[in-house]
Amino acid sequence: MKILIKNAAVINYDKEEKCDIYIVDGKIVKMREGLKEEADKVIDASGKMVLPGLIDIHCHLRDPGYEYKEDIKTGSRSAAKGGFTGIVAMPNTKPVVDNKSVVEYILNKAEKESVVHVYQAGTISKGLEGKELSEMGRMKEAGIVAVTDDGKPVMDSGLMKKAMIYADMLKIPVISHAEDLTLLEGGAMNEGFTATCLGIKGITRAAEETMTSRDIILAKTTGTPVHITHVSTKNAVEMIRTAKKQGVKVTADSCPHYFSLTDKACEGFNTNAKMNPPLREEEDRLAIIEGLRDGTLDMIGTDHAPHHRDEKNCEFDKALNGIVGFETAFALAYQILVEENGFHIKDLVKLMSYQPSNLLGIEGGKLAEGKKADIILIDCSKDWICDPDSFVSKSKNSPFSGWNFHVKVTDVIVNGKIVIENEMFA
Amino acid sequence: MTFEKDLLGIKNLSVDQINEILKNAKIMKTLLQQNNKKGPHLQGKSVITLFYENSTRTRLSFELASKYLSANAANVAVASSSVQKGESLIDTARTIDMMGTDVLIIRHSSAGAPHLVAQNVDASVINAGDGMNEHPTQALLDAFTMVEKKGKLEGLKVAIVGDILHSRVARSNIYLLNKFGAEVVVAGPSTLMPYEIEKLGVKAYTDVEKALKNADVVMGLRIQLERQKTGLFPSIDEYSEIFGVNDERLKLAKEDAIIMHPGPVNRGVEISSSLYDHERSFIDEQVQNGVAVRMAVLYLLTRKEK
Repeated sequence: MKILIKNAAVINYDKEEKCDIYIVDGKIVKMREGLKEEADKVIDASGKMVLPGLIDIHCHLRDPGYEYKEDIKTGSRSAAKGGFTGIVAMPNTKPVVDNKSVVEYILNKAEKESVVHVYQAGTISKGLEGKELSEMGRMKEAGIVAVTDDGKPVMDSGLMKKAMIYADMLKIPVISHAEDLTLLEGGAMNEGFTATCLGIKGITRAAEETMTSRDIILAKTTGTPVHITHVSTKNAVEMIRTAKKQGVKVTADSCPHYFSLTDKACEGFNTNAKMNPPLREEEDRLAIIEGLRDGTLDMIGTDHAPHHRDEKNCEFDKALNGIVGFETAFALAYQILVEENGFHIKDLVKLMSYQPSNLLGIEGGKLAEGKKADIILIDCSKDWICDPDSFVSKSKNSPFSGWNFHVKVTDVIVNGKIVIENEMFA
Repeated sequence: MTFEKDLLGIKNLSVDQINEILKNAKIMKTLLQQNNKKGPHLQGKSVITLFYENSTRTRLSFELASKYLSANAANVAVASSSVQKGESLIDTARTIDMMGTDVLIIRHSSAGAPHLVAQNVDASVINAGDGMNEHPTQALLDAFTMVEKKGKLEGLKVAIVGDILHSRVARSNIYLLNKFGAEVVVAGPSTLMPYEIEKLGVKAYTDVEKALKNADVVMGLRIQLERQKTGLFPSIDEYSEIFGVNDERLKLAKEDAIIMHPGPVNRGVEISSSLYDHERSFIDEQVQNGVAVRMAVLYLLTRKEK
């Protein structure tokens, strides 16, 4: 298959250029102006931006075990719709991904059914129980790209320390879901005035911050890296900033909802605004944006967390945590970061493609000759209204219903294969 | 004066609506005190109580209020219902709704549960207490009692003492009293104080004596004994010594201050036993007013020209 993309306004994390892109058998062979190569397919990218495919360091595909929420096929299509060509699936499935066979099952299934590159994370501890290390080495041989007990913290500091040292030996990142469960105290949303008004028990910021500081201290003491995921508080951003200045090997991500929403979204007992960590307040939201701007937060992950309607259409206390994220992530990042906060589109490429590929040591993140052809086309003057019912994800739990967006992913090429053309799946 | 389909909280009631309820409650109280306690107001209507939490006075007063006004009243005993088979709240409510229910009264441990039910049924929903959110008929009966004893709410200083954090009664009272220009102070241990409570327009104290100073109304709130186990305060004895209201502390309030409590009371914990039985204690009368207020609410929500 040969594809020629004409008149591309290519945006990499470090530069923009106007050129044509010639793709042969999954690889970018030539990138320069005025290409006239013969191709099976010619795409005119006039008026559009051409970006390296987005890479999501944090999503839940729910497969195996919770296929009623999402599966590899629907999850990967949802990712593609949002412009992601590579996604890292969290291991809190049923069974959990704590051994080689589950990794193999998932990657085999992904090979057959996924339209994007699926990367798998393994657990830190066996059974997500936080007691013994899982077989990270064997799982790495089977293909995992990171370890995490996401959804749960590793409460045992000694185990976390050993996990970081062991994973460092294997050269795979440890992703920390930073939450001190002893500080949870039955809370269901951020501890703040909104929770007081709604009569809902609050979760203190300290639950996230004490664990963030612990993991930073462990990274500093052991000299090994740690990645803090879904950072949501101002103080956590500040601690990471300080740690980075001291040379601690800490990286971090936050999610679109933490820079676009506050706990006010929970008003009216809106369970689609219930997540973990919970949506915080305006000063936190602004701190996340500044953290993304100055590089304290290295990247954006979606924490795509599909849930069935019945798991959200219930009492607030009872509702499960999380929202679907793939299909709104880029539009939110563009709207909040570029349009409202003066980020450059190159910054988004860095935060949503280059940096994740770097941390995970996976291909992608940059469009250049010789690179894998994971490419997306963006229409920057396309108004649309978010309607979760039209999501290709199996689940519709989004707090962004009714939002007006101005950018849309129109074309997605994965591995030199057209997955979406003009907003339609091929 | 019109009302919405549901009564979910004080937050979204207007001063006029509250006055209308209080006015009708006064009429209902006379009815309640007659030899023949029967009015026709709810004839042909069905009122169902659905309580996911324990209750003596609220549930019974709603049931009697319905019966005094000639409604068909029934209670869903949650402990022996299909809830125990795992039926969801929405499905339970829809089932009740389909049996000709006009008013569904719900108490639930989750804040917002009545709101969720209200969106899913045609019946009028009355919130009889949801989590730590609201307990609107309690605040209405408290207001009714205060007006009865003090003439009006405006300018009153109301001191609410106890577990403010977990109290939906405190929140509903704060919302109501603020709407009428009363001064509300709350007091209790710092671990039982909601985050940024003062933003609701109240003054918060950890020193009970400061809070009681010049109060017109002293309202005790029940300390749930099991809270001690979760480490919110060290012991019941320490609590009652430092935060309990007793005869000595009552002297700090105005001479004619009245004593109130939504019940049930832990005698000797949040208020001393002698205060419960004090001549200026209206805790028993609150119970009677509760029936009158609930009669008024039921009438106003179901009357045709709402």
